[in-house]
Amino acid sequence: MTDAPNPLVGAAPFPAAARVELGKPQLRRNLRHATHTIRDKRLRVVSELDDWEDLRAAGSAIKAHVRQNLPELLVEFEAAATAAGATVHWARDAAEACRIVANLVIGAGATELVKVKSMATQEIGLNESLETVGVSAYETDLAELIVQLAGDTPSHILVPAIHYNRTEIRDIFRQHMPDAPDGLTDDPPVLAEAARTHLRRRFMTTKVAVSGANFAIASTGTLVVLESEGNGRMCLTLPETLISVVGVEKLLPDFTDLEVFMQLLPRSSTGERMNPYTSMWTGVTPGDGPQDVHVVLLDNGRSSVLADPIGRQALACIRCSACLNVCPVYERAGGHAYGSVYPGPIGAILSPQLTPGRNESLPFASTLCGACYDACPVRINIPEVLIHLRQTVRHRPAERVAFRILADLMAHPRRYRAALRAARAGAGLHPRRRRVAFPVRRAPWPGSRWTAARDAPLPATETFADWWARERA
Amino acid sequence: MNAREEILARLRAALSDQPEPVQIPRRYAISRTADLPALFTDRLVDYRAHVHQDLASALSGVDRLLVPADIPRSWLDRFSATVVVDEGLDVAALDRVDAVLTGCAVAIAETGTIVLDAGAGQGRRAITLVPDRHVVVVRREQIVSRVPEAVRFLAGSATRPQTWISGPSATSDIELNRIEGVHGPRRLDVVLV
Repeated sequence: MTDAPNPLVGAAPFPAAARVELGKPQLRRNLRHATHTIRDKRLRVVSELDDWEDLRAAGSAIKAHVRQNLPELLVEFEAAATAAGATVHWARDAAEACRIVANLVIGAGATELVKVKSMATQEIGLNESLETVGVSAYETDLAELIVQLAGDTPSHILVPAIHYNRTEIRDIFRQHMPDAPDGLTDDPPVLAEAARTHLRRRFMTTKVAVSGANFAIASTGTLVVLESEGNGRMCLTLPETLISVVGVEKLLPDFTDLEVFMQLLPRSSTGERMNPYTSMWTGVTPGDGPQDVHVVLLDNGRSSVLADPIGRQALACIRCSACLNVCPVYERAGGHAYGSVYPGPIGAILSPQLTPGRNESLPFASTLCGACYDACPVRINIPEVLIHLRQTVRHRPAERVAFRILADLMAHPRRYRAALRAARAGAGLHPRRRRVAFPVRRAPWPGSRWTAARDAPLPATETFADWWARERA
Repeated sequence: MNAREEILARLRAALSDQPEPVQIPRRYAISRTADLPALFTDRLVDYRAHVHQDLASALSGVDRLLVPADIPRSWLDRFSATVVVDEGLDVAALDRVDAVLTGCAVAIAETGTIVLDAGAGQGRRAITLVPDRHVVVVRREQIVSRVPEAVRFLAGSATRPQTWISGPSATSDIELNRIEGVHGPRRLDVVLV
């Protein structure tokens, strides 16, 4: 386990990884098309509800309440789920969660299982871990299936295969799906049919399923999974054993809180009034569904996120991915550049907090435009947390020295004026000196380190203080 | 310390700054007035579900019809083909019928959603999942306007298995366009009575 790559940390920092991804024109076309499609759909269905802002306010407050009462709510959930016939397990970290699941699967005498799409199991690297003990985990969500067949990693929270277009998906099916029909076209309904045929027998015969949960209701012990295709219902209904890995922050106090989140989540994620299928189950129901039901409550860094008074709001995330779809950086760089299973704006604040001391480049992978905050159904102030996290990162020595000098200049008016005079004199040599609206895009070394990702404004030909002294003094 | 105690201790320590208790503002709408059957029909058509005013037309072309054991007998009065009653059938048997007929617990007009809660005339979850066609009877008085109204109605049976159905099985995984028909029933017929 210790040698396996951490699904929350990429091999390269964001700027290096993004440079590679930006060099793929097909990827950028696919992403642009997909993110713009979903953005328009989301706006249309959100504008239908005249109380959308009230729902956001309620959703945000319910999640804040959950954070503040998390220990009590977890104990309440455990008691209710246990009373209903489920077995509740607790996992401090990824390795412990994987071990619990592996033991349950082996205990059930199974060597393969079907999976409902789940971010928590992606985060702990469950499939890879199970493979080391001889258990094959089959993804059943269409996008997850595409990614798994291609030997790739997900690039989006909701649509892990968003980086592929239909033709690329057809090619993946042709190459990697043993029972792909001859003459498979890239018509989406034909591709969906191929996935149906491929997985149907597996659904009917597999004894163990693994899921996550969108919500866990503390007062009743109920788990809730939203999905579209019916693969979730298959996994949650037909097997004998069901194991759900649930992040501790997924709790809601009461069943009636779903009246808020069942409106916020579908409209924010797939831009639909409601997703095709939602399943809710509470422990074991005799004669209906799995009779051996387990819940693994996962910490894996969440308690350390909770300890940060500003950063803890990231735990409100309901994984809708609306912030990814509106982010100008995500749209261009794509999900793989972030290196974590949580990409995009929410990933830029969640991944570094879940992996203290790592992912330090991610809070900088943003223009701070704030579109993510506007789109977030639970009003996570992502720009606020980004800035907060930038302040905690250790900067390069040269940058630290430069800013210390700047701070010193700004604290001493005379030195500051002298520095400005010098800067103006220097700028006077620049060919664009009279055009303050045009900043310097490429400064010579060492300034080039700064302008590689930013424009540097030229100082004005006259400062306000000079103007004031001349005109009004 | 075991995992449970350690996680709870970590969480309690993380909250040692004792954040202010939050008031939850519930200003959102619980219901709204509208022509509910018309709104519900509009949403269903949008999902490409088939809407019928009578059961006979919804069951046309069905040779083998699966029903839960407690289906109202009157629903089958004019159905002449084979009726298969679910008495714990295995999955292979469920896969051999043309359609399944059930009732529902409540329906939501605003979102075109039908909720099954394992109550009367609905059966266990597998019977509405494996057959490729689901015919569901919705009585007009079962339609509520918005999600909160439905959730409050369902709160009493919250611990029974629930399935919320909004149109036939679909996916948005290819270029984020919705395509109907993947693993769940590919055809949904709704009968408003």
